[in-house]
Amino acid sequence: MITLGSYLTLSGIIFSIGLVGVMTSRNVLKVLLSLELLLAASNVSFVAFSKFNGDYAGQLIVFFVILVAAAEVAIGLAIIVLMYRRLSTIQADELRTMKW
Amino acid sequence: MVSPQLVWVAFFAPLVACVLITLFFLKCKTSSSLIAIAGILTSFICSCLVFTQIFQSNPPAQLQQSLPWIHLDTLTINFGFLMNPLAIMMLLIVTGVGSAIFIYSRGYMDEDPSSPRFFAFLSLFAFSMIGIVLSNNFIQLFIFWELVGLSSYLLIGFWYAKPSAADAGVKAFMVNRLSDFGFLCGIILLWSLSDIGAGRSFQFTDLMNVVPHLAPHMLTIVALLLFCGVIGKSAQVPLHVWLIDAMEGPTPVSALIHAATMVAAGIYLLARTFFIFAPSTTALTFIAYTGAITSLMAAILAVAENDIKRILAYSTLSQLGLMVMALGLGGPMQGMYHLTTHAFFKALLFLGAGSVIYALHHEQNIWNMHGLLKKMPITGITFLVGTLALSGIFPLSGFWSKDAILGLAFANNSTLYLIAALASGLTAFYMGRLFWVVFWGDSPVHRRRANEHEVQESPAVMTIPLIFLAILSAIGGFIGIPHFLFPQQAPEELNLKVALISSVIALLGLGFSYLIYGKRTEADPLVTKLGGFYTVLQNKFYFDIVYGWYVNTIQQTLAICLARFEKEFIVRFCVGGVTNLARSGGKTFRYLQNGLVQFYALIFILGAILLFLFLMLIK
Repeated sequence: MITLGSYLTLSGIIFSIGLVGVMTSRNVLKVLLSLELLLAASNVSFVAFSKFNGDYAGQLIVFFVILVAAAEVAIGLAIIVLMYRRLSTIQADELRTMKW
Repeated sequence: MVSPQLVWVAFFAPLVACVLITLFFLKCKTSSSLIAIAGILTSFICSCLVFTQIFQSNPPAQLQQSLPWIHLDTLTINFGFLMNPLAIMMLLIVTGVGSAIFIYSRGYMDEDPSSPRFFAFLSLFAFSMIGIVLSNNFIQLFIFWELVGLSSYLLIGFWYAKPSAADAGVKAFMVNRLSDFGFLCGIILLWSLSDIGAGRSFQFTDLMNVVPHLAPHMLTIVALLLFCGVIGKSAQVPLHVWLIDAMEGPTPVSALIHAATMVAAGIYLLARTFFIFAPSTTALTFIAYTGAITSLMAAILAVAENDIKRILAYSTLSQLGLMVMALGLGGPMQGMYHLTTHAFFKALLFLGAGSVIYALHHEQNIWNMHGLLKKMPITGITFLVGTLALSGIFPLSGFWSKDAILGLAFANNSTLYLIAALASGLTAFYMGRLFWVVFWGDSPVHRRRANEHEVQESPAVMTIPLIFLAILSAIGGFIGIPHFLFPQQAPEELNLKVALISSVIALLGLGFSYLIYGKRTEADPLVTKLGGFYTVLQNKFYFDIVYGWYVNTIQQTLAICLARFEKEFIVRFCVGGVTNLARSGGKTFRYLQNGLVQFYALIFILGAILLFLFLMLIK
């Protein structure tokens, strides 16, 4: 029997993986992928709550989240391409011009 | 009836002249002097008309008119005038003697390129002085009191390129500020005490009803504080030092400010607010002795002075001392009487001295002058009239007024009488000395650079005011001034004994001076006779030296300490501390901005967790 707790645990695990990815990776592409994981984790818990509470509003929100994620990826990838053209690297620590 | 419009015109005519000159005629010498003279003459004529109106009304009219000026929550200060016999008398002196001096200045300042500025200042001074005379409340009086101080500063330092003149102006201003502080304290104290009946007030007429209800010791403090202002403005010991240095100004200024009007303001204040002083015997005694000491000290100092204007300045000090003494002895009538006659003959003497200085091309040392009577007969004779009047020779005006004071002193306090009599004797002596040395002798000026120029009598624009003032000095004792000022008081009988003694003293003084100075001498014979005391006199009883020492050491040290406190504590510690705090705070926290996106994300997540925990906790 798959309970709500199992879904939420799965969501938490995916979210943690994403968080660690965002924190630790220096490669901007990896950061972007980890961000996608964060969004996916939240989508899982939305759908799980929606299913167990019988409220379809949660599933509706998931569509919005996917939409936003797609837009974010499009912009993020464009930025990464530009960054590569400029700095010929996609390491996040190379972006230091904002430092004191 | 007295018409208020006339008073207002008399009040503001000199101000209008001053404004006109400063705005439009600063380049134009002739018109600026004419405007100034027109202004003061308008004032004079209006005062004369008001005088006749007051003179005809019986009992003497008193007129008060005021406009609300400054509105505060619980306090309204009026701008107005209080016209009574005392005020109109003083107004006549200020505008009348002022007119003579203004006209005279037209001749005296003729060669000065910046004379328009001079006439603007002179008009401003006349306006401020009229303000003091007419003010009906203490705040207005104080403002004009300060204005007089300011214009006096401007006029003493008129030749500001000369360092001694600039210093003298600053000195006069500073000394007056010092005394005005006490004056202001007195005004405020009196105001705070006047909370009886109709409520607090600055107005003389209201205060007159309040004063009888005040505690005697508080009234003494008020009177002494108010007297502080008089000490400064009327140059009493120990704040007399500015008046002598003020002789650096142009001579008409010395005549107007430092003889006839400004220094008389203190006496006038005492007389006008005598109701405050009268109940306090302690204050009155203090005032009387201050006056007597000033009178004697100045008379002694005048004997050793060699500058023609400074001698006259010392005699002014001495006479002011006599007036203050008279008021201290409870005789505002005698004090004001002497003030009036003194204004006539002192202005005359100063203008005469100015005429001599003008003729000798700014020579002021009396030992470089000789036998001027033949060359400058009008100046010489009018100067003689002034000298005799000042010495108190019958029947000139000085005799009557000085005798009134001496009679008062004789009746009340024999110590003060002796001091005053001695001072009058010395007055006759040094005035005789001045006259013999400068005007006497057969050969005309021949000493040093003066002989290069042919000495001539001054132009008519200068001699006519001299003659006008000489006539006033001569007949001033017969025109019933004291009766007009204080009609309710019985005219004092001439005390024959006192009159005789003072006449003898005056004649003795003049005679002695003739014995010593009647013959031509190259230098002062007193120098050898007085010996060591002469050095003391030369140093003016060391007042300036002591003050200089005090200012240079004690006050300067204090100022340096305060400056250090300000620099080290306030600027470096307090103000600098705030900037250092901001700067070091910024330095510390800017390491958070390391530019790593992940680091920001970490902070963000930590913040989110903390917020989450916080929300959990408060549930």
